Amino acid sequence: MNRLFPAPLLSVSLFGLWLLLNLSVSAGNLLLAALLGILAPLLMAPLRPQHAHVRRPLVIAKLIGRVGLDVIVSNLLVARGVLRAGKQPPRSAFVHIPLALRDAHGLAALSMITTVVPGTVWSELALDRSVLLLHVFDLEDEAAFIEHFKATYERPLMEIFQ
Amino acid sequence: MTETLALPFWLELVTAALLLIGSLFALIGAVGLLRLKDYFQRMHPPALASTLGAWCVALASIIYFSWLKEAPILHAWLIPILLSITVPVTTLLLARAALFRKRMSKEAVPEEVSSGGDRGH
Repeated sequence: MNRLFPAPLLSVSLFGLWLLLNLSVSAGNLLLAALLGILAPLLMAPLRPQHAHVRRPLVIAKLIGRVGLDVIVSNLLVARGVLRAGKQPPRSAFVHIPLALRDAHGLAALSMITTVVPGTVWSELALDRSVLLLHVFDLEDEAAFIEHFKATYERPLMEIFQ
Repeated sequence: MTETLALPFWLELVTAALLLIGSLFALIGAVGLLRLKDYFQRMHPPALASTLGAWCVALASIIYFSWLKEAPILHAWLIPILLSITVPVTTLLLARAALFRKRMSKEAVPEEVSSGGDRGH
């Protein structure tokens, strides 16, 4: 089982992706989707020596919803910041965030989230993964920002990946 | 059968509004890229186009074609999903390259976070 499906979640996602792209569940497409779902993870397995252990689907769903909302809110904030930039330049700053999350996949997910949400860009991670350097578009209160960041993103990711 | 070829007026309004909102955010993102001065500040506005801009356009497409074909035509939503996977790769590379170059030319950016465990400044 594990040898045939080194990454079951990836297999299922690729299977779904193929069917969705083709908008069809005909026999031929089911076969191609199954081939993609089985072969792609097998061929990629040597490139991914570490296996991700994903848990807590409910936490994942909540996190995705949360990120979706945050994207909308920060879109509005950054848009306002851009339109007002002439009068009142945004208070951009680098923030050092101490991290407790160590799992490589969790950190990858965190870097995706911070970069997808406008207003924050992942800039650097310490070699021992203890500190993250984040660039923030408009920073009001550093301590409050760090607390919010750790509570909304880091803690759920630790529950999911660690 | 003919009434399925056209959208009802209220749905046309919804799709048009979504398209306009999406384009507006893409436009503001471009304006930000043009008007902001600092390199790192300018990394943020283009994210407007790849998030809310793309979301609104994809949603408009889903609503429009789902109504026309009388079935859920959801594959446009793959665009936002794939964008959110690929865009961070280039953004991260740009941020890392800019940090490296600015450190080499001794500009005011934070020191490397790995050195000695101290917080830089």
